Amino acid sequence: MNGIKTLADLKRKQEEVKSRIDLRNRAENPDSLVQVKVAMATCGIASGAKEVMEYFVEELDKRRIDAVVTQTGCMGYCFAEPTVEITLPGKEPMVFGYVNARKADEIIERYIKEGELVDGIIPRNYNTI
Amino acid sequence: MSKYNTHLLVCAGTGCHSSESNLVYEMLRDEVMRKGLDKTVQIIRTGCFGFCEKGPILKILPDNTFYTQVKPTDAREIIDEHVIKGRKVTRLLYADPETNSPILNSTQMSFYKKQLRVALRNCGAIDPENIDESIARDAYQALGKVLLEYTPQETIDVIKQSGLRGRGGAGFSTGLKWELTARNESTQKYVVCNADEGDPGAFMDRSILEGDPHVILEAMAICGFCIGANKGLIYIRAEYPMAIKRLKIAISQAKEYGLMGERIFDSDFSFDITLKYGAGAFVCGEETALIHSMEGKRGEPSNKPPYPAQSGYLGKPTCVNNVETFANVPVIILKGADWFSSIGTAKSKGTKVFALAGKINNVGLIEVPMGTTLREIIYEIGGGIKNGKKFKAVQTGGPSGGCLTEKHLDTPIDYESLAAAGSMMGSGGMIVLDEDDCMVSVAKFYLDFIVEESCGKCVPCRIGNKRLYETLDRITVGKGKPEDIEKLKNLCSVIKDTSLCGLGQTSPNPVLSTLNNFMEEYHEHVYEKKCRSGKCRSLLYYVISEEECIGCMACKRVCPTHAISGEKKEVHQINQEICIKCGACMEKCQFDAIHLQNDYPKVTAII
Amino acid sequence: MIELTIDKKKVRVEPGTTILKAARQVGVEIPTLCHFELCDMGIENKPGGCRICVVEVEGRRNLQPSCITEVQEGMVIKTHNVRVLNARTTVLKLIISDHPFDCLVCAKSGECELQSLATQFGIRSLPYEGEQSHYRKDTSPSIIRDVDKCIMCRRCEMMCNDVQTVGALAAVNRGFMSVVAPAFEMNLVDSPCTYCGQCVSVCPTGALTEVDHTNDIIRALSDPTKTVVVQTAPAVRAALGEEFGLPPGALVTGKMTAALRELGFDYVFDTDFSADLTIMEEGTELLQRIRRHLAGDSTVRLPILTSCCPGWVNFFEHNFPDLLDVPSTAKSPQQMFGAIAKSWFAEKIGVDRKDLVVVSIMPCLAKKYECQRDEFKTDGNPDVDFSISTRELAAFIKQANIDFLNLPDEDFDDPMGESTGAGVIFGNTGGVIEAACRTAYELHTGRSLEKVDFHALRGMEGIRSATVDFDGLQLNIGIAHGLGNARKLLDEVRAGTSQYHAIEIMACPGGCIGGGGQPYHHGHSEILAQRAAALYTEDERKTIRKSHQNPSIVRLYDEFLGHPGSQKAHNLLHTEYFPKSNEVSIHLNGHNGQ
Repeated sequence: MNGIKTLADLKRKQEEVKSRIDLRNRAENPDSLVQVKVAMATCGIASGAKEVMEYFVEELDKRRIDAVVTQTGCMGYCFAEPTVEITLPGKEPMVFGYVNARKADEIIERYIKEGELVDGIIPRNYNTI
Repeated sequence: MSKYNTHLLVCAGTGCHSSESNLVYEMLRDEVMRKGLDKTVQIIRTGCFGFCEKGPILKILPDNTFYTQVKPTDAREIIDEHVIKGRKVTRLLYADPETNSPILNSTQMSFYKKQLRVALRNCGAIDPENIDESIARDAYQALGKVLLEYTPQETIDVIKQSGLRGRGGAGFSTGLKWELTARNESTQKYVVCNADEGDPGAFMDRSILEGDPHVILEAMAICGFCIGANKGLIYIRAEYPMAIKRLKIAISQAKEYGLMGERIFDSDFSFDITLKYGAGAFVCGEETALIHSMEGKRGEPSNKPPYPAQSGYLGKPTCVNNVETFANVPVIILKGADWFSSIGTAKSKGTKVFALAGKINNVGLIEVPMGTTLREIIYEIGGGIKNGKKFKAVQTGGPSGGCLTEKHLDTPIDYESLAAAGSMMGSGGMIVLDEDDCMVSVAKFYLDFIVEESCGKCVPCRIGNKRLYETLDRITVGKGKPEDIEKLKNLCSVIKDTSLCGLGQTSPNPVLSTLNNFMEEYHEHVYEKKCRSGKCRSLLYYVISEEECIGCMACKRVCPTHAISGEKKEVHQINQEICIKCGACMEKCQFDAIHLQNDYPKVTAII
Repeated sequence: MIELTIDKKKVRVEPGTTILKAARQVGVEIPTLCHFELCDMGIENKPGGCRICVVEVEGRRNLQPSCITEVQEGMVIKTHNVRVLNARTTVLKLIISDHPFDCLVCAKSGECELQSLATQFGIRSLPYEGEQSHYRKDTSPSIIRDVDKCIMCRRCEMMCNDVQTVGALAAVNRGFMSVVAPAFEMNLVDSPCTYCGQCVSVCPTGALTEVDHTNDIIRALSDPTKTVVVQTAPAVRAALGEEFGLPPGALVTGKMTAALRELGFDYVFDTDFSADLTIMEEGTELLQRIRRHLAGDSTVRLPILTSCCPGWVNFFEHNFPDLLDVPSTAKSPQQMFGAIAKSWFAEKIGVDRKDLVVVSIMPCLAKKYECQRDEFKTDGNPDVDFSISTRELAAFIKQANIDFLNLPDEDFDDPMGESTGAGVIFGNTGGVIEAACRTAYELHTGRSLEKVDFHALRGMEGIRSATVDFDGLQLNIGIAHGLGNARKLLDEVRAGTSQYHAIEIMACPGGCIGGGGQPYHHGHSEILAQRAAALYTEDERKTIRKSHQNPSIVRLYDEFLGHPGSQKAHNLLHTEYFPKSNEVSIHLNGHNGQ
């Protein structure tokens, strides 16, 4: 690394390294962020949850949406895997089933951005810890 | 670049380190490697989370899981259950002291709810040994801003307008201090960071230095720019090895990035920082003593004036600020004086870090806005008194401070209100006492510390405090005389009035405040030879119960001073004047007839 | 100018004046203890530690120490209200509570400043009982440290470090156990101490006193097999009277001689005699070195340094071991006296040197050490047996119930009582070099010196320099008194930048008149000036004022030594120097003390 000579250098450096701690910055205020939980139990992973999770992580970042993506255990909706729970700020959590990349895109564009309901909502029957 | 979706923050502060957090870190890392998660799971060693009592702390993001007392052997379960399967390890979660139910999200912990972390904002959030993480959290932006956009005077004005006051205890306006040093013409000036944290049980500064060293370097450089100094010195006690190590790493990383050294940000301003090690003398926290110590002289204060701003290190104008004070500076520059002064009370702005300790559920490091009440700190952040005991007093300000009582609980804390209540802000020690604490003994404890730590230069502190201690000691062993209380009062007032430095002048505060608030306890000790808390062993009395004693003579035979009288099959009695309280009788008695009480026993007729 | 009010009196003083000094201007004397000043010499001790001088300043939260607090415009000061008096008394009682109560048998009794304050404050009870600090007593050849009596005024520390730059004493330990001591609480003998005794001369209590040899002398005087000879140094006669209530600067040469005879000394001689002898040897050495230098001999060491002062000798042995060939090899007057007394004079009166006891009365404590040096002994028998200070002599005279003030003036005995004015001024800073100039001038030019007073060489400035014209030979003379000043000149010599041909050095501020064995001046520097003036008066009164004209000296060379610098003179009157390390040698457990 060459010396930081200007404030712009410093800002550039900051952009470069920011991703290291983005997650931590966001986690400080989880209630004001979109929370995405991907069920990552065996059933979920088997039906592609890992790819879905990566898709969410990358796309939310690309589309500049402040969100926290976490994994969670089996939500019990194994019939509908991969399942994803989305909590918008100030709203009740929503669970979506049969999520793939296309569905994820729709969830981001319509539910997360606009708050519209999309197909595939599964009624939640318990609280996770 | 890999994208981590889970961050494991392992506290690597001194407190957690000593309970093997480094092993926890290693085990977690090994486990992550073994499970092939190293692309998605980042493990960071951070500074202190403040929740030291329950260390080692492991915080997992993004879901804000707060695990306490994590052992190295817990690593596998945490990775398997939490990270892979998303199931929290309930037994390691912090449990609310009231309800005893585990708390799932650390933002819901009452310990953190009332806190506002400004000076500690990066502690526990970044890896202090990696400058990139600091830069990601805005480090050196404030320095860049003042160097490129502000004049020194404009910068000083921002600090003055913010209302920031010295966090080392006395509360002098930081901006004004800078301005005074700036005004003194000299070819060489110095910025000194006072990291000689010496109050018993205080570790605010250590935690900042360990958790966020760059904030201090940046603030010192800003100060140097303002006062016209190109040299900074950090006076740090040698028994803070971890802080020293991290400062050294930070300095070399900052130099490597060109953020320290020659012509920073291509400006005319150059700044260099070196470390000076102290041997841990309490008095070296006093700025003139600190300077003498750095010069290689005896660590003792000298009269002010001249102030360091006029003639400090090597006779040059020197600005000495405490670690926590510096930690506030960059954020004030970035967020503005108005933002800072909107926090706090009329005369005390911003936040204050306290080391919360004693008989309280949540022991640890906290930062609250000025104006928070003691009640909020003790009962909400601190989670109340341990074991459901009754609150008696809270000692603030360390050996220079005093004890505050029930009636002060709703006072908003700031420099003025604490002083008015007979204590002081000090550097931020806060020790909670409950009904089991003896206030005379508490005063004696602090005087013992002062007698140890006095530099010995001036008579009132060197001899006066010794005599205070001896008088208190006599009182706690039941040898107090009625005139002792007046003597204590006079001695306290003379020591306050005539001592050379601030430490001497405040040294009688623990005695004065307990005299003011707990005079009845002093009276009990002196007149009734009674210690209500039972802490003063000499004021506990062995008595033989008339009901239980069968007159077996066993106790009488073992008593080394022949203090026990009574014939066979008669109730025995202990002569309190002869008893040396060795406890041999109680140990010997097979009928539980001998017990301890703190009231001087009424003498029944001895047959 | 700054105007302020002290005890309702208005006073106008220069900015930077302390409250203490401003108060003195309006006749308000504030009691002090740790504060100490020799104002003419720029020596001041004001650590602000004792807190006896505190006063109330309106608007300030705490009482202020008047010795260091500078005045400010409009200050209103009260120096003796209830708050101030209570604070002072309490502080004084605290000091006394950690001080031994053995005033009756203390060497400092009557001169003790703590004792005086206790009297002044009317202390009648000690409300603060408690632990007293105890330390090991440390005895060196010259100085006894009884630090149980140390009140941490730091005067000795200031003298030893700031003025003398010796660095033997400093505050050690912390809190209640704080005390002034050599590093690691080692013994003084293991420290770089030069025994100059300036610490003793400023100590307010009995913590630092001299080793008392009076009893050894009484024993010798009462031993019929011994012949006891006494020599008195020049500076003694200018100060001894102070101990008997005479004003400073009163010359008591005649009464002193009478008193010594009264005490039973067999011969009462004068160190001034051997001072003249020193000039013969040292002056000759000076001229030789200069002549060799002028002849182009590059091996000759210049400047030449005087070597009369044992404190100074110790100092350069410790601090300039690389320059041991620079000072003159001439012994000090005390030792020259001893060497001649135990040879020439002993032969004259037919007494074996073992039966001749030589006593010296000195203004100096380092002389006690000097006379014990091995190189000044023959078969274990020292040239000078005992050296006592002016103070010890005064105490001895009082103990012997001699009515000093009513003694008739008497003369010294012959032959070693004869001296010149040049010998007398040895006691003043600049005096040795002035005496040397008087003789060297005549020896060098072969002509008689008309004006013997070299005023350019006199004065109280710490470092002085003058050029003396020896008929075309311009001699650059440097003078330093106080070892800190000496160090500056020596650093120049070491660096090769010294411009001087000859340098006179005396360890004590003012020279021997301000020696560590003189009556306590308690910081009154005018006393030193008066003593110095007295010696110049005695010089003027003398008919012979050049050492080489001292008839007894002439006789000594004729009868015994030959000429200055002869082999015999060399054996008896010259010495060598030994490097002393400043490295710390620590003896644990203190078992080597006492």
